[in-house]
Amino acid sequence: MHRRLGLTDEEFERIGEILGRAPNRAELAMYSVMWSEHCSYKSSRMHLKTLPSEGPHVLIGPGEGAGVIEVDGVAVAMRIESHNHPSFVEPIQGAATGIGGVVRDVLSMGARPIALLDPLRFGGLSDAKNRFLARGVISGISSYGNCIGVPTVGGEIKFEDCYSGNPLVNVMCIGVAPKDRLMRARAHGPGNKVLLLGSKTGRDGIGGVSVLASATLAAGAADKRPSVQVGDPFTEKLVIEATLSLIEKGLVVGVQDLGGAGLCCATSESAASAGTGMRIDLDRVPLREPGLEPFEILTSESQERMLLVVKPEDVEEALGECLRLGAGVAVIGEVTTTGRLQVFQGKELVADVPAASLGDGPIYDRPAKRPDWLDGLQAEEIPGLKDAEITAAILTILASPSIASKRWAFEQYDHQVMLNTVVKPGADAAVLSVPGSKLRIAVTTDGNGRYCHLDPYLGAAHAVAEAYRNVSSTGAEPAAITNCLNFGSPLRPEVMWQFKEAVRGMGDACRALNVPVTGGNVSFYNESDSTGIFPTPIVGMVGVLGEGIDPPPMGFRNEGDVIMLIGATDEELGGSEYARTLFAKVVGRPPALDLEREAAAGGVIRKAVAESLLRSVHDLSEGGLAVALAEACVEGAIGAKVDLPENLSLFAWLFSETSSRYLVSIGEGSLGQLQVLLDAAGSVGLTLGGVGGSSLEIGSIVKISLADLKDAHEGSFASAIDPGVG
Amino acid sequence: MIAVVVFPGSNCEQDVAHALGLLGAESQFVWHLETDLSAFSAAVLPGGFAYGDYLRTGAIAASSPVMASVKQMANEGKPVIGICNGFQILCEAGLLPGALRRNSGLRFRCMPVNVRVETSNSAFTSLGVAGQVLEIPINHFEGNYYCSPNTLVELEANDRVALRYCDAQGKVTQEANPNGALGNIAGVLSDGRNVLGMMPHPERAADPELGPIDGRVILESMIRALVPV
Repeated sequence: MHRRLGLTDEEFERIGEILGRAPNRAELAMYSVMWSEHCSYKSSRMHLKTLPSEGPHVLIGPGEGAGVIEVDGVAVAMRIESHNHPSFVEPIQGAATGIGGVVRDVLSMGARPIALLDPLRFGGLSDAKNRFLARGVISGISSYGNCIGVPTVGGEIKFEDCYSGNPLVNVMCIGVAPKDRLMRARAHGPGNKVLLLGSKTGRDGIGGVSVLASATLAAGAADKRPSVQVGDPFTEKLVIEATLSLIEKGLVVGVQDLGGAGLCCATSESAASAGTGMRIDLDRVPLREPGLEPFEILTSESQERMLLVVKPEDVEEALGECLRLGAGVAVIGEVTTTGRLQVFQGKELVADVPAASLGDGPIYDRPAKRPDWLDGLQAEEIPGLKDAEITAAILTILASPSIASKRWAFEQYDHQVMLNTVVKPGADAAVLSVPGSKLRIAVTTDGNGRYCHLDPYLGAAHAVAEAYRNVSSTGAEPAAITNCLNFGSPLRPEVMWQFKEAVRGMGDACRALNVPVTGGNVSFYNESDSTGIFPTPIVGMVGVLGEGIDPPPMGFRNEGDVIMLIGATDEELGGSEYARTLFAKVVGRPPALDLEREAAAGGVIRKAVAESLLRSVHDLSEGGLAVALAEACVEGAIGAKVDLPENLSLFAWLFSETSSRYLVSIGEGSLGQLQVLLDAAGSVGLTLGGVGGSSLEIGSIVKISLADLKDAHEGSFASAIDPGVG
Repeated sequence: MIAVVVFPGSNCEQDVAHALGLLGAESQFVWHLETDLSAFSAAVLPGGFAYGDYLRTGAIAASSPVMASVKQMANEGKPVIGICNGFQILCEAGLLPGALRRNSGLRFRCMPVNVRVETSNSAFTSLGVAGQVLEIPINHFEGNYYCSPNTLVELEANDRVALRYCDAQGKVTQEANPNGALGNIAGVLSDGRNVLGMMPHPERAADPELGPIDGRVILESMIRALVPV
């Protein structure tokens, strides 16, 4: 029985030792979900501890529902969650409930959710199944996020064959709260009542964390559909409003969301972290249908539920407010002094375990081994291009689904509700007003699975650096990150090595760039039929934009402005979009990353934006200079003429993905001031040419009209994902 | 004082209040269980997903207790505007003719569109000029306006089409129609010209920090038309 629930023999024995007897059916189910990889972080915890988590902005670091930083006296909560496996089994509901879950994480801190970002990865769109998955996920995000009235302001969508059997659906949520109203998941005060707010509990999502999230996908994944929860965004909206209203009225002592492992997790965690105990009565839990067994009620992952701890004298008012707002609620138990989670069904005690033992699962230092195939892959050569082939190459890369404009997707997301969205999706980073503050924040998510596949240490560091550039492009000061670490099975030593390397790379980059990690999520077992995904750590970064600083556009604006490239360029095509799109190769070594140079270049850009020197800023990433130039032309609806030095071949100049670079345009009169900033930071800037005309001209080799650039960049994604409609 | 009616699932009420505040107008949220709006001089039914759009968009909200009082305000000639989901509710409640079907592309659309002011003879367009083009965002899945041929004749004959989707030059074209709406209709007036339903969100085009402010034409006209209570 315990093996079927995902517990090893040793783990089963340990449960017996903790209880001093054999667990009953309900207790076994509780340990099974709580000690699952998804809930216990048993393979990752010891490595995650090495990440830096302190910084001047950080109010609450890892270990809570969400990390929290302070922006001008306002608490800004941030969190990323994955919902990869559910989205493969049922894309619309999988993505929808992924949003619901991370929104409740942020809500559990007492914060109002104000923005969502969705980093997504799918297999190639030439496959009908991948199109079905991508369309379903986008539609799930649209239907759920739009309904709850939280704008979806960013994210990324990238494609790679390795995600065919295991797409990645990560969701980041940002929330805000007055600093003095932050909540914790603590069930303080014996005698206090425990309220369950929101949806009724049903049989959906039972064992989601152990059945789906903590095992690899195999053929017949459709049979796991009952393990995917069904979302009800309307109820989520009611739960958001009711929770915040009760907190505002001062009626709540502690809050915890119900996510993975459901009621079992929420009750045991909140009691354990307060050093108290809890007794609950399953007969008082509102059910969708009669006849649920105790283990089902305890581990059900029915959505849209929150656990609230309320003083006895406030219960009546709290219930009344929930009723007024139309949100279901029930008193299901109370806080005790026992240190135990005691579960009754009426008068019968159906489970009785030390509350802390559920969260205190095993920790494993799993064996790690560098993959044998890596050296060969890194040594492979990437072909060059003749000058005559460059124009076609630029258009092909611009139209590749990973690079092309994702307007088709983000137009399905409400990105404006709440009226905070100053810079909308499609830019390097979204910029949001922070309610209650004069400051604004820049937010972005980034990750490059190809780089991580070729060098997980460097790849994870690049994810941090890329987010750093995106945030810096707006003029904002990078403040903190949260992460979502998507990997294959930790039982494979090669995967464990990738994981350890990635965590090490992320930690080093965060220390060098001075951005702490406020928390995160680990998603292992991203494999199907033993094909693992590329290791894909995703970084979500928040930066703070000073008062009165206007983020420049990413597109060129004025005829006659000077185009400059900040940062030196080398021939670095390993893991590039160029190699992938033109030669179907994911080989070589990722670009080098000099974090001091990264910090210096970012500093120059932020100062230049603050001094209003720049007419446009766009960071360089996948696709290199060619893509940055083309995007700056298309977004600004104006051409450019540039000449490149001859120290590198033209294809290297255009497609190299050397890090720490920005493409800027600037009025001639400001060049001197920019040079002062560059000199002071030890950064270099190279004048490439000027803005103007109606085509992109590169030396005498390339001349592409704006219309052709736009067709390639904006027209291609819609027809690739939805060939029937276009 | 303007009533901003809040249904379970409404999500643009704060935005409407913010925009009205920018224009110097006072507003107050009114929960859908209220039954007496006599103290208010106008009502806004904001966008969102009242009752999760379950059954049909606007269908359940149309039976909310507050709606009798909204109807009374309309009958008294006070300005009543339904924005997006509010438009859907007004149609379901019978305050405006027609219905909003799913977008012809069968996708949700959140984007700026151009609409042409068709008449300045209403409580919501008096500060506009017929033919004027306004850039205002839409944000809906069910914005495809439809009504019977007879109703359409009546609407056109009585100058009750307030706004039509158009291109930047004001030409009403099929390409400029984001949802398949009959006659490119983006906004419809009641017979008394004091009730407007419109799919675009004027409150999203009112704060200069966020972009164009063409939505102010609609909101300022309404504020101008307020009847002191």
